[in-house]
Amino acid sequence: MSVELDVFVGNTTIMDKEVYQLWLNGYTVNDAVKVRIEGGVMEECEASAEVLLSDTMDQYRTFQMCERLLHHPAKLANQLLFQIPPDRQAMLIERYYAFDDSFVREVLGKKLSKGTKKDLDDVSTKTGITLKSCRRQFDNFKRVFKVVEELKGPLVENIRQHFLLPDQLARDYAAIVFFANNRFETGKKKLHYLTFQDFAFCAGQLINNWTLGAVDNIMEDMDVDLDKEFLQELKDLKILITDKDLLDQHKSLVCTALRGKTNVFNEMEANFKNLSRGLVNIAAKLINAKDVRDFFIDLVEKFIEPCRSDKWTSIDVNLYLTHYTNSVHILDTFKHHAVWTRYMGVIKSCILRMYHD
Amino acid sequence: MPGKLKAKIVAGRHLPVMDRASDLTDAFVEVKFGNTTFKTDVYPKSLNPQWNSEWFKFEVDDEDLQDEPLQITVLDHDTYSANDAIGKVYIDIDPLLCSEAATVISGWLPIYDTIHGIRGEINVLVKVDLFNDLNRFRQSSCGVKFFCTTSIPRCYRAIMVHGFVEELVVNEDPEYQWIDRIRTPRASNEARQRLIFLMSGELQRKIGLKVLEMGGNAVVGYLQCFDLEGESGLVVRAIGTACTLEKISSTLPATATHPSNSSPSKDMKEPGFGEEAPGVPLSSGPPTPLRAQTFSSFSPSKSYSRQSSSSDTELSLTPKTVGIFLFPSTPALESESSPLPSAHLPHHLWPGMASRSTTPPPLRLSQSDTAILRKSVSFSEELLLAASGMGSGGSAGKEGGPLKALLRQQTQSALEQREYPFFTLAAFPPGFLLHVGGVVSARSVKLLDRIHNPDEPETRDAWWEEIRQEIKSHAKALGCHAVVGYSESTSICEEVCILSASGTAAILSSRFMQDGPLDTEHRLSRQPLCVFSTGSERVEGDMGSSASLGFEEVVSPGCGFCHIPYDELNIPFPAQLTYCYCCRRYKVPDVLFTTIDLPTEANVTGKGCLIQARLCRTKKKAQGEGNATVISNLLPFLEYELHTQLMNKLKLRGMNALFGLRIQISVGETMLLGLASATGVYLTALPSPGGIQIAGKTPSDITYEQHISNMQKKINDTIAKNKELYEINPPEVVEEIIGSPIPEPRQRSRLFRSQSESSDEVSELDLSHGKKDAFVLEIDDTDAVEDIHALLTDSPTPAGFYSCNTEIMPGIQNWTSAIQMFTSVRVFRLNANLTNQGLNKIFSDLCENLLKSLYFKLRSMVPCCLCHLNFTVAIPEDELIQVAVTAVAMSFDKEQLLENGKQSGEKTLIKAITENDEQLQFNLELNAETSAPNPLSSPKGLSEVGSHLSARASSMEKASPLPEGRSRSLRSNRSYSGSSVAVVKMTPLSFIPGAKIIKYLGIINMFFIRETTSLREEGGVSGFLHTFIAEVFAMVRAHVAALGGNAVVSYSMKECVFMENPNKNQAQCLINVSGDAVMFVRESELESTSVQTQSATTHTSNGAEGT
Repeated sequence: MSVELDVFVGNTTIMDKEVYQLWLNGYTVNDAVKVRIEGGVMEECEASAEVLLSDTMDQYRTFQMCERLLHHPAKLANQLLFQIPPDRQAMLIERYYAFDDSFVREVLGKKLSKGTKKDLDDVSTKTGITLKSCRRQFDNFKRVFKVVEELKGPLVENIRQHFLLPDQLARDYAAIVFFANNRFETGKKKLHYLTFQDFAFCAGQLINNWTLGAVDNIMEDMDVDLDKEFLQELKDLKILITDKDLLDQHKSLVCTALRGKTNVFNEMEANFKNLSRGLVNIAAKLINAKDVRDFFIDLVEKFIEPCRSDKWTSIDVNLYLTHYTNSVHILDTFKHHAVWTRYMGVIKSCILRMYHD
Repeated sequence: MPGKLKAKIVAGRHLPVMDRASDLTDAFVEVKFGNTTFKTDVYPKSLNPQWNSEWFKFEVDDEDLQDEPLQITVLDHDTYSANDAIGKVYIDIDPLLCSEAATVISGWLPIYDTIHGIRGEINVLVKVDLFNDLNRFRQSSCGVKFFCTTSIPRCYRAIMVHGFVEELVVNEDPEYQWIDRIRTPRASNEARQRLIFLMSGELQRKIGLKVLEMGGNAVVGYLQCFDLEGESGLVVRAIGTACTLEKISSTLPATATHPSNSSPSKDMKEPGFGEEAPGVPLSSGPPTPLRAQTFSSFSPSKSYSRQSSSSDTELSLTPKTVGIFLFPSTPALESESSPLPSAHLPHHLWPGMASRSTTPPPLRLSQSDTAILRKSVSFSEELLLAASGMGSGGSAGKEGGPLKALLRQQTQSALEQREYPFFTLAAFPPGFLLHVGGVVSARSVKLLDRIHNPDEPETRDAWWEEIRQEIKSHAKALGCHAVVGYSESTSICEEVCILSASGTAAILSSRFMQDGPLDTEHRLSRQPLCVFSTGSERVEGDMGSSASLGFEEVVSPGCGFCHIPYDELNIPFPAQLTYCYCCRRYKVPDVLFTTIDLPTEANVTGKGCLIQARLCRTKKKAQGEGNATVISNLLPFLEYELHTQLMNKLKLRGMNALFGLRIQISVGETMLLGLASATGVYLTALPSPGGIQIAGKTPSDITYEQHISNMQKKINDTIAKNKELYEINPPEVVEEIIGSPIPEPRQRSRLFRSQSESSDEVSELDLSHGKKDAFVLEIDDTDAVEDIHALLTDSPTPAGFYSCNTEIMPGIQNWTSAIQMFTSVRVFRLNANLTNQGLNKIFSDLCENLLKSLYFKLRSMVPCCLCHLNFTVAIPEDELIQVAVTAVAMSFDKEQLLENGKQSGEKTLIKAITENDEQLQFNLELNAETSAPNPLSSPKGLSEVGSHLSARASSMEKASPLPEGRSRSLRSNRSYSGSSVAVVKMTPLSFIPGAKIIKYLGIINMFFIRETTSLREEGGVSGFLHTFIAEVFAMVRAHVAALGGNAVVSYSMKECVFMENPNKNQAQCLINVSGDAVMFVRESELESTSVQTQSATTHTSNGAEGT
């Protein structure tokens, strides 16, 4: 004796947010039923496990049928098969494209290729996120990447329009796409303390300031790639460390400004040349794709770690970077002010964001 | 005369990829009507082609316009091989043939393929020019309106109800044709789809012709069914009620604020204003005695005696007919009817059967043949005599004098002139339904044989004729001249077919009826009289002919229909009659079973609930005639037990009447399945039901005694609990009526008077009180124990839920606009070798679990009521049981419930519903839009709405009430305008809460077949069917939207035949759905132009009526 067929179809498609989340999380039907039983929905509604199982299966089926529409969210609005109120549609899309921070940290900056997809089971074991959910998230990244890769215009706007995502989520996806495209290294042990939101913030800074779209407002702009011309110009900043006079002048200016204003003045004074060399070298090397990948590692190794070992507070760092940036403009022989501002603006905000435990 | 059909193919979208190499499609379209085909150009390499074709014009007969669908095929062009079909769209152009329905079909319609389902959409424009408006009625029936709705459609009024129309057409089923062996199943299924579209069209046209012949212009309660008889062919049959309808002009302020279904008094007034319109609905009013005389050419007694003899012979001698069942209105009756089978069966003959089937009286009969079955088998003759003899001249004279008899006879004879005085309507204009006798039903088991000449489907016609005759004679036996809420159905297994018909015997007012198609002068001559009478005594005029002529004193419309139509001294069955608890003047039975909806004016105590009796009976496998005999022998017992179950469950809930009773018997190879569904209510007019008493047979055993007393206690507890649950507080004395609706003061005082005046009546009442308690259930074997267990295992509906299978739930009035129509299907596989008890339990659990699942699914709508719960059972294969449910869940507001209970007093139910909804809607709009300062947007109103909404919010959505409220109120269709797909509401009910239907756009009658050869890949049987049902909904919605509508009312899924072959990884399913496409506007929107003033006036008028 068994139920051979069991379906429920509503004129307005009924979708339970809780079950949807369980489905998205990659739970099997049976596991989902267990979770729901523990959640106490049964007592609340005088239902039996049997009822719950039937309901869960039914919802899972509905979600599976909807899934292909969710791959092209714009279709969800003008398809005829499911009658879903607009607020529900938005919920479905938003949750489908939501991702786990712990998962995205694992694949951030990696090439979104078949190879990476094959390694997802390792990611799944490591993060405790089901393989199914990992695959969905990975496929989402890849799908968004593929669509916007070829598109002109602002990256965030493109994502928002094509996938009907809320602003914040669209920004996160922009960060993921940007990282995947430039293959930034994020997996090294030294970077483990950084969250996805740290990286997403930095990506936002880079997109807004260092890409071609950041300076020109022409429609053919591509937000995905860094501005090559700018990277080339960054080499000119090397003068700040190669020219002994400039370096000394720069140091004295910063020290004068900071004296008495910080508890780590001595350490700062002692370390100034090292730190400055570090930052300027990062700038000079960015023209090489390989060094772009190491951008975040370099920031940590060359700047954040030394400061941290000297026990700078983030107020100290902020103070230092502000004066470090501004003092350059007083140097008479230095001519690359625009490039310097464009470079240091991003570096400063990135470092400040990344400067935590 | 011809018409011109024009079609234009605009564009396609979401087409499937047909060319793997390019991932694109080279699509073109073929447009076919009759034998003419047009083609569009190929639109190369696109999944969203823009054909923008010219207008394709078909010049055709209007007969063809009615029969044929417009067939649109989308194909992929292929240079080297045959073009691949992407899919098809069938467009029924019937709605365009009626001036009052849709004028154009325009919109995105899903492209459907039987294998792949929906494959993209196509945008088309279809128009019809009919050349000959004047004379077109001669050759076809263009212009006759069809409605699935089983009441007078909301924006029409009935001028005349002509009566029953029926027709059937037969054809060979393409699936069983020889050609099927060489063509693909897909081609065969497509041929089948097309054929059924054609047959439906033809059937509708033929029915339309009959309607025109009768002088009508519409068919209401149109019910079309398919019988897939397998090798013997395909039968499409339909029944309906022919009417003359007149559209209520929507410019009238009265109808703008209140939908057409508002209070009876309102409706009564309108004809007064519209004197000029010929044949205003109520004009036929009370017939004059003079007129009655023209019909009294034969004496009443004579007519009845004639009938009695004929029915007698019919019952005993009719060959091929078995298990005629009379559902009387009392429990006593069913006990009487059980002997019927044993008295009859020996007489039944089967076609070509050599010997008579001799059925040994089954054991169960003798078991139950004790306390409740006081009468022996010989009683059946008595019953027949009583039934046929009743209503004779002598007895009629006793009650109302000769004139009354004359009057009654006048309407009767009016009806008798018709072949079948049947009405498929389940709800009636006020004053139409005078008395209800009880349920009448008939079944017949037939052996299917090949239909030799499809043009003359005589055998099928003859079969139905037999059954209808039965029904007619049963109604007569109950002293009734008409059958309302009439429906017909079949169940087919292999070559055996059970035909069933059922309805409710009733006496109708002659007001809406016409005696013949030609006496229009009579009607006109009577008119002035009526206008006068309706104007002066609004409600009283309601009561029909006898009332206004003074033979019966004014009776409250809330109880009149309960008064027995048969003569109390010659009751067709020993019923316990008492004086009506409302008016104390007329006799009422103790229990009333009907197939109609609860009349809106009925006085009901408390709420109602769904009551189901479920039964499974094993039977031996047999072939041909043997099989038919076995089935026909089983049928009466099945019906008897179903009836007992219904009665027990009704008592267990402390109720005394059933509405919307629908008994379905399904036949399989090794079992019979019976499912009876109805909505139980407590009619204030009827006596309170006694409890259920259990009596044991073996008193010696002490533990057994204990067991019995335990059980008795449980039953008593359940009854008490149910009474509380359904708020049944029947008055001990009349003035203590607590439940709604309370009779108006004037009426009440009259009640007292009548009570005090006739002291003998009171004493008689007491007597009946004493009698009614004795409903005894005997436990004498395990069967009975099981029965009682089954009785108690029905789990109560969870908190916040109500359920019924009728249109509305008594006691619930303030519906919100949140409605959710759904279909749920379950198939259950049984183990072999189950006993009857085992089967019963499984079947019962299956239904219970299904209900539980529904409650769980819809928990976010609480408080809500599942209305029009329609269960369909089938036995698709050996050991498989299929149950399909279609219903609508409607939310209501609990907070306002009490208030309204107090206010609604004399208002009719529906009126209260619409008005309250109006208010709520209005508030919601304010809430969402925060419009300008307004008298209604007081803080109180807002907070009230907020709290309602939060109460309704599901457990998952614990957001703050206000944003939640916003999103909820977005459900109003106007807010959807941003989305590219228009929202189409679907409901099995005839109305949409909080909205006014402003236009009926035509009937939707669609038939689809879906097949698969990759069942596993499509998610198994559940995945397959889930997709298919969703697709059917989508296609219905799309066609409605293309007609310009935004809802389907009276929606039903009439057929869902599912077949699978898991070994071959194949499955196939047929679905037939129907309904009325309508355009509605929210009442809040109707008012939006003059919001403040209008709503203010409605408010004050509310207040005035309330006080």
